[in-house]
Amino acid sequence: MPITRVDTDIDAHTMTVVAEYDAPVERVWQLYADPRQLERCWGPPTWPARVVEHDLRPGGRVSYVMTGPDGEKSAGYWDVLEVEAPRRFVVDDGFADDAGQPNRELPTTRMELELGERAGGGTTLTVTSTFASAEAMQQMIEMGMEEGMREAMGQIDGILAGVA
Amino acid sequence: MVVDKWSPRETDRVFHALADATRRDIVRTVLVQARSVSALARQYPMSVAAVQKHVTVLEEAGLVSKRRHGRESLVRGDIDRVRDARSALDAFELLWRHRVAQMDQILAEDP
Repeated sequence: MPITRVDTDIDAHTMTVVAEYDAPVERVWQLYADPRQLERCWGPPTWPARVVEHDLRPGGRVSYVMTGPDGEKSAGYWDVLEVEAPRRFVVDDGFADDAGQPNRELPTTRMELELGERAGGGTTLTVTSTFASAEAMQQMIEMGMEEGMREAMGQIDGILAGVA
Repeated sequence: MVVDKWSPRETDRVFHALADATRRDIVRTVLVQARSVSALARQYPMSVAAVQKHVTVLEEAGLVSKRRHGRESLVRGDIDRVRDARSALDAFELLWRHRVAQMDQILAEDP
Protein backbone atom coordinates (compact mmCIF):
# COMPACT_ATOMS: atom_id res chain seq x y z
CA MET A 1 0.00 0.00 0.00
CA PRO A 2 1.38 3.37 -0.94
CA ILE A 3 -0.04 5.14 2.17
CA THR A 4 2.72 6.14 4.52
CA ARG A 5 0.80 8.15 7.10
CA VAL A 6 -2.69 9.19 8.17
CA ASP A 7 -2.93 11.89 10.82
CA THR A 8 -6.25 12.85 12.30
CA ASP A 9 -6.35 16.03 14.32
CA ILE A 10 -9.73 16.13 15.99
CA ASP A 11 -9.16 19.53 17.55
CA ALA A 12 -8.33 21.18 14.25
CA HIS A 13 -10.89 19.00 12.40
CA THR A 14 -8.31 17.92 9.86
CA MET A 15 -7.20 14.67 8.42
CA THR A 16 -3.94 14.37 6.50
CA VAL A 17 -3.12 11.45 4.25
CA VAL A 18 0.41 10.99 2.94
CA ALA A 19 1.10 8.46 0.21
CA GLU A 20 4.02 7.66 -2.08
CA TYR A 21 4.01 6.65 -5.70
CA ASP A 22 6.79 5.56 -8.00
CA ALA A 23 5.30 7.59 -10.86
CA PRO A 24 6.60 11.12 -11.47
CA VAL A 25 4.70 14.20 -10.27
CA GLU A 26 3.31 15.02 -13.75
CA ARG A 27 1.83 11.55 -14.07
CA VAL A 28 0.17 11.60 -10.63
CA TRP A 29 -1.24 15.07 -11.40
CA GLN A 30 -3.01 13.57 -14.42
CA LEU A 31 -5.13 11.46 -12.04
CA TYR A 32 -6.85 14.70 -11.08
CA ALA A 33 -6.44 16.71 -14.24
CA ASP A 34 -8.11 14.02 -16.36
CA PRO A 35 -11.81 13.57 -15.48
CA ARG A 36 -11.83 9.94 -16.69
CA GLN A 37 -9.01 9.06 -14.27
CA LEU A 38 -10.42 11.17 -11.46
CA GLU A 39 -13.77 9.41 -11.53
CA ARG A 40 -12.06 6.07 -11.16
CA CYS A 41 -10.48 6.99 -7.84
CA TRP A 42 -13.01 9.35 -6.29
CA GLY A 43 -16.08 7.26 -5.38
CA PRO A 44 -16.17 4.67 -2.59
CA PRO A 45 -15.86 1.05 -3.85
CA THR A 46 -19.58 0.42 -4.36
CA TRP A 47 -20.38 4.05 -5.28
CA PRO A 48 -18.63 4.65 -8.60
CA ALA A 49 -18.36 8.28 -9.59
CA ARG A 50 -18.93 9.97 -12.92
CA VAL A 51 -17.36 13.38 -13.39
CA VAL A 52 -19.80 15.76 -15.09
CA GLU A 53 -18.05 19.13 -15.18
CA HIS A 54 -14.30 19.45 -14.95
CA ASP A 55 -12.73 22.89 -14.89
CA LEU A 56 -9.71 22.61 -12.63
CA ARG A 57 -8.81 26.29 -12.65
CA PRO A 58 -9.19 28.89 -9.91
CA GLY A 59 -12.87 29.87 -9.86
CA GLY A 60 -13.76 26.73 -11.82
CA ARG A 61 -16.07 23.91 -10.90
CA VAL A 62 -15.71 20.15 -10.90
CA SER A 63 -18.92 18.19 -10.37
CA TYR A 64 -19.61 14.50 -10.01
CA VAL A 65 -22.39 12.01 -9.44
CA MET A 66 -21.90 8.78 -7.52
CA THR A 67 -24.29 5.86 -7.92
CA GLY A 68 -24.92 3.45 -5.05
CA PRO A 69 -25.61 -0.29 -5.16
CA ASP A 70 -29.39 0.26 -5.23
CA GLY A 71 -29.16 2.89 -7.94
CA GLU A 72 -29.42 5.83 -5.55
CA LYS A 73 -27.46 8.92 -6.55
CA SER A 74 -25.25 11.20 -4.54
CA ALA A 75 -23.95 14.31 -6.29
CA GLY A 76 -21.08 16.51 -5.25
CA TYR A 77 -19.02 19.38 -6.52
CA TRP A 78 -15.70 21.15 -6.02
CA ASP A 79 -15.36 24.90 -5.95
CA VAL A 80 -11.82 25.29 -7.22
CA LEU A 81 -9.91 27.87 -5.16
CA GLU A 82 -6.23 27.55 -6.05
CA VAL A 83 -4.34 25.61 -8.71
CA GLU A 84 -0.61 25.40 -9.24
CA ALA A 85 -0.26 22.68 -11.85
CA PRO A 86 1.21 20.12 -11.56
CA ARG A 87 1.82 20.23 -7.82
CA ARG A 88 -1.00 21.67 -5.81
CA PHE A 89 -4.68 22.52 -5.75
CA VAL A 90 -7.20 23.59 -3.14
CA VAL A 91 -10.93 22.99 -3.48
CA ASP A 92 -14.06 23.12 -1.35
CA ASP A 93 -15.85 19.80 -1.75
CA GLY A 94 -19.59 19.94 -1.17
CA PHE A 95 -22.84 18.10 -1.74
CA ALA A 96 -25.12 18.88 -4.66
CA ASP A 97 -28.79 18.23 -5.34
CA ASP A 98 -30.09 15.92 -8.07
CA ALA A 99 -29.80 18.71 -10.64
CA GLY A 100 -26.14 19.16 -9.74
CA GLN A 101 -26.70 22.45 -7.93
CA PRO A 102 -24.60 22.98 -4.78
CA ASN A 103 -26.51 22.37 -1.56
CA ARG A 104 -25.30 25.31 0.52
CA GLU A 105 -27.00 24.07 3.67
CA LEU A 106 -24.60 21.18 4.01
CA PRO A 107 -21.04 21.74 5.16
CA THR A 108 -18.18 21.68 2.68
CA THR A 109 -14.82 20.07 3.24
CA ARG A 110 -11.70 21.92 2.15
CA MET A 111 -9.26 19.65 0.40
CA GLU A 112 -5.69 20.64 -0.27
CA LEU A 113 -3.72 18.27 -2.46
CA GLU A 114 0.01 18.61 -2.85
CA LEU A 115 2.48 16.62 -4.92
CA GLY A 116 6.21 16.69 -4.25
CA GLU A 117 9.19 14.98 -5.79
CA ARG A 118 10.34 12.14 -3.63
CA ALA A 119 14.06 11.79 -3.03
CA GLY A 120 15.27 9.06 -5.38
CA GLY A 121 12.34 9.45 -7.77
CA GLY A 122 8.60 9.19 -7.52
CA THR A 123 6.00 11.36 -5.90
CA THR A 124 4.85 12.14 -2.40
CA LEU A 125 1.14 12.95 -2.22
CA THR A 126 -0.22 14.92 0.73
CA VAL A 127 -3.95 15.46 1.03
CA THR A 128 -5.28 17.56 3.88
CA SER A 129 -9.03 17.60 4.48
CA THR A 130 -10.30 20.34 6.76
CA PHE A 131 -13.83 20.16 8.14
CA ALA A 132 -15.70 23.22 9.31
CA SER A 133 -16.27 21.67 12.75
CA ALA A 134 -16.61 18.34 14.50
CA GLU A 135 -20.29 18.57 13.61
CA ALA A 136 -19.44 19.05 9.97
CA MET A 137 -16.99 16.18 10.22
CA GLN A 138 -19.78 13.96 11.52
CA GLN A 139 -22.24 15.06 8.85
CA MET A 140 -19.67 14.54 6.15
CA ILE A 141 -18.84 11.10 7.41
CA GLU A 142 -22.50 10.11 7.57
CA MET A 143 -23.30 11.32 4.09
CA GLY A 144 -20.17 10.27 2.32
CA MET A 145 -20.09 6.72 3.53
CA GLU A 146 -21.94 3.67 2.42
CA GLU A 147 -22.96 0.55 4.32
CA GLY A 148 -20.46 -1.95 3.00
CA MET A 149 -17.62 0.31 3.92
CA ARG A 150 -18.90 0.95 7.42
CA GLU A 151 -19.27 -2.74 8.06
CA ALA A 152 -15.76 -3.34 6.90
CA MET A 153 -14.42 -1.19 9.70
CA GLY A 154 -13.47 -3.94 12.07
CA GLN A 155 -10.14 -2.50 13.01
CA ILE A 156 -10.05 -0.48 16.17
CA ASP A 157 -6.55 0.89 16.60
CA GLY A 158 -4.95 3.50 18.82
CA ILE A 159 -6.71 3.57 22.15
CA LEU A 160 -8.22 0.15 21.69
CA ALA A 161 -4.95 -1.54 20.77
CA GLY A 162 -4.06 -2.12 24.41
CA VAL A 163 -7.26 -3.97 25.29
CA ALA A 164 -7.93 -5.90 22.09
CA MET B 1 -23.81 4.46 11.34
CA VAL B 2 -22.80 4.61 14.94
CA VAL B 3 -22.56 8.37 15.10
CA ASP B 4 -26.22 8.59 14.06
CA LYS B 5 -27.23 8.15 17.64
CA TRP B 6 -25.17 11.12 18.76
CA SER B 7 -26.39 14.68 18.65
CA PRO B 8 -23.97 17.18 17.07
CA ARG B 9 -23.17 18.57 20.52
CA GLU B 10 -22.43 15.11 21.79
CA THR B 11 -20.12 14.45 18.84
CA ASP B 12 -18.32 17.70 19.51
CA ARG B 13 -17.85 16.71 23.14
CA VAL B 14 -16.47 13.29 22.28
CA PHE B 15 -14.08 14.59 19.64
CA HIS B 16 -12.97 17.44 21.86
CA ALA B 17 -12.37 15.04 24.74
CA LEU B 18 -10.23 12.78 22.58
CA ALA B 19 -8.27 15.67 21.09
CA ASP B 20 -5.93 15.80 24.07
CA ALA B 21 -3.03 13.35 24.42
CA THR B 22 -3.27 13.09 28.22
CA ARG B 23 -6.98 12.39 28.05
CA ARG B 24 -6.46 9.75 25.40
CA ASP B 25 -3.87 8.17 27.65
CA ILE B 26 -6.23 8.25 30.63
CA VAL B 27 -8.90 6.51 28.55
CA ARG B 28 -6.40 3.88 27.46
CA THR B 29 -5.40 3.28 31.07
CA VAL B 30 -8.90 3.00 32.54
CA LEU B 31 -10.13 0.79 29.73
CA VAL B 32 -7.67 -1.81 30.98
CA GLN B 33 -8.22 -1.24 34.67
CA ALA B 34 -10.41 1.12 36.71
CA ARG B 35 -8.35 3.67 38.66
CA SER B 36 -8.99 6.39 41.20
CA VAL B 37 -8.21 9.97 40.26
CA SER B 38 -5.38 10.09 42.77
CA ALA B 39 -3.86 6.92 41.33
CA LEU B 40 -4.04 8.52 37.87
CA ALA B 41 -2.42 11.68 39.20
CA ARG B 42 0.60 9.65 40.30
CA GLN B 43 0.98 8.49 36.72
CA TYR B 44 1.17 11.96 35.18
CA PRO B 45 3.29 14.97 36.08
CA MET B 46 0.24 16.96 37.15
CA SER B 47 -1.88 17.70 40.17
CA VAL B 48 -4.89 15.71 41.28
CA ALA B 49 -7.03 18.74 40.41
CA ALA B 50 -5.65 18.83 36.88
CA VAL B 51 -6.31 15.12 36.38
CA GLN B 52 -9.78 15.57 37.85
CA LYS B 53 -10.45 18.23 35.23
CA HIS B 54 -9.47 15.87 32.42
CA VAL B 55 -11.63 13.12 33.92
CA THR B 56 -14.60 15.49 34.06
CA VAL B 57 -14.22 16.29 30.34
CA LEU B 58 -14.07 12.56 29.59
CA GLU B 59 -17.07 11.88 31.82
CA GLU B 60 -19.14 14.54 30.07
CA ALA B 61 -18.26 12.93 26.77
CA GLY B 62 -19.40 9.55 28.11
CA LEU B 63 -15.97 8.03 27.51
CA VAL B 64 -15.43 7.19 31.17
CA SER B 65 -17.66 6.86 34.20
CA LYS B 66 -17.04 6.90 37.93
CA ARG B 67 -18.21 4.22 40.26
CA ARG B 68 -17.95 3.93 44.04
CA HIS B 69 -15.76 1.14 45.22
CA GLY B 70 -15.57 1.13 49.00
CA ARG B 71 -14.18 4.49 50.05
CA GLU B 72 -12.80 5.18 46.64
CA SER B 73 -14.39 6.40 43.46
CA LEU B 74 -12.97 4.56 40.47
CA VAL B 75 -12.78 5.82 36.89
CA ARG B 76 -13.64 3.25 34.28
CA GLY B 77 -13.56 3.52 30.48
CA ASP B 78 -16.54 2.84 28.23
CA ILE B 79 -15.19 0.68 25.44
CA ASP B 80 -18.28 0.95 23.23
CA ARG B 81 -18.15 4.70 23.32
CA VAL B 82 -14.49 4.75 22.34
CA ARG B 83 -15.15 2.25 19.59
CA ASP B 84 -17.97 4.39 18.20
CA ALA B 85 -15.78 7.48 18.14
CA ARG B 86 -12.98 5.57 16.54
CA SER B 87 -15.09 4.10 13.77
CA ALA B 88 -16.54 7.50 12.90
CA LEU B 89 -13.02 8.64 12.12
CA ASP B 90 -12.05 5.36 10.51
CA ALA B 91 -14.80 5.73 7.93
CA PHE B 92 -13.29 8.84 6.37
CA GLU B 93 -9.80 7.42 6.64
CA LEU B 94 -10.97 4.29 4.89
CA LEU B 95 -12.42 6.32 2.02
CA TRP B 96 -9.03 7.92 1.47
CA ARG B 97 -7.23 4.61 1.74
CA HIS B 98 -9.49 3.40 -1.04
CA ARG B 99 -8.80 6.48 -3.17
CA VAL B 100 -5.05 6.18 -2.76
CA ALA B 101 -5.16 2.48 -3.65
CA GLN B 102 -7.31 3.22 -6.69
CA MET B 103 -4.80 5.86 -7.81
CA ASP B 104 -2.06 3.28 -7.47
CA GLN B 105 -4.08 0.85 -9.56
CA ILE B 106 -4.54 3.34 -12.39
CA LEU B 107 -0.84 4.19 -12.34
CA ALA B 108 0.01 0.50 -12.56
CA GLU B 109 -2.28 -0.01 -15.57
CA ASP B 110 -1.33 3.15 -17.37
CA PRO B 111 2.09 4.33 -16.24
